[in-house]
Amino acid sequence: MKEPKQLRVSAIQNGTVIDHIPAKNLFKVITILGLDHIDTHLTFGTNLESKKLGKKAIIKISDKYFEDADINRIALVAPDAKLNIIRDYEVIEKKVVEVPDTIIGIARCMNPKCITNFETVTTRFRVVSKKNVALKCHYFEKITTQENLQIIECYLSLSYERTRSSSLRMAQ
Amino acid sequence: MSFPVEGSDSYASEISSVPVINAGDGANQHPTQTLLDLYSIRKTQGTLDNLNIFMVGDLKYGRTVHSLMMAMSRWNTTFNFISPEELKMPEEFKLYLENLGLKYYEHLDFTEIISRADIIYMTRVQKERFSDPIEYEKVKNVYVLKNSMLSGTKTNMRILHPLPRVNEIHTDVDSNPKAYYFEQALNGVFTRQSILCSLLGIN
Repeated sequence: MKEPKQLRVSAIQNGTVIDHIPAKNLFKVITILGLDHIDTHLTFGTNLESKKLGKKAIIKISDKYFEDADINRIALVAPDAKLNIIRDYEVIEKKVVEVPDTIIGIARCMNPKCITNFETVTTRFRVVSKKNVALKCHYFEKITTQENLQIIECYLSLSYERTRSSSLRMAQ
Repeated sequence: MSFPVEGSDSYASEISSVPVINAGDGANQHPTQTLLDLYSIRKTQGTLDNLNIFMVGDLKYGRTVHSLMMAMSRWNTTFNFISPEELKMPEEFKLYLENLGLKYYEHLDFTEIISRADIIYMTRVQKERFSDPIEYEKVKNVYVLKNSMLSGTKTNMRILHPLPRVNEIHTDVDSNPKAYYFEQALNGVFTRQSILCSLLGIN
């Protein structure tokens, strides 16, 4: 008998599930974590109902675990994200994302006259408010607020390199 | 180094092997001006502690007021910010004062309160800063200091201005002993000489 057609979005055996991502920021999370360049199974769902976020997204990544420092980089776009660490189909650990004290790269300074928007300088910010994320530029006094937050597109290749090198390290 | 890009001096200092003096970066900061302002304030008031400083004019783009405000916040200063709505002190600087627990007050006009000032720090209100030219026409004479306004002011009060001035201090103020902006400019020569000497290791 022929098997009934079924969507292959099932529980993963080993890996990480990232839940409670705001639906509109799903692809930013994918970019920041370099998930668009990984070679293990990756499934995601978006525009799922959520009481807290309205619409949320979820990502399941097989055979991949993240360092806390890496995962905290998504705090800017998914501050409520929750991670389930899966081993042999069981959730062995739950983690929440924490906004780090400093943000290097990732975000763009909102001031068009800032040096980081003129030269190839890596942006650097001190987090002055974690609740409603507010970032103070390292190079001068201006504060970039949540509503003006922009993720740097060219950061993509950088995060890819990081992810690739860390997975290479894991493979070794 | 004086350059219109904000944060440029901070960046230059990170990659330069020799000291970099920030001589003004865009609308951000102007620390050597601040040192000469501090010197002028201490010279005229005998102290930097517990003063009431009025900052008047363009507080949004005026980098000298940003730097001076941050520096003076170390000496329990009371700040009065007087500017048109469009050129108010930016939020991040007000937040800076709030975090330090310092008092500041914002006003659209200062004729009524001028008697409280120890220092009046005037700045230019530039036409090109206004998105609406009608707004500029409405306010351009509100932020002009005239000699007749100075009669009730404190005896120790002095008027400072980073210069050059356009029309925001009427020339009839120049001969008033409370006008200190030309001496202040001369203090700038001494201050910058001493900055250069200290960087070159000359006593």
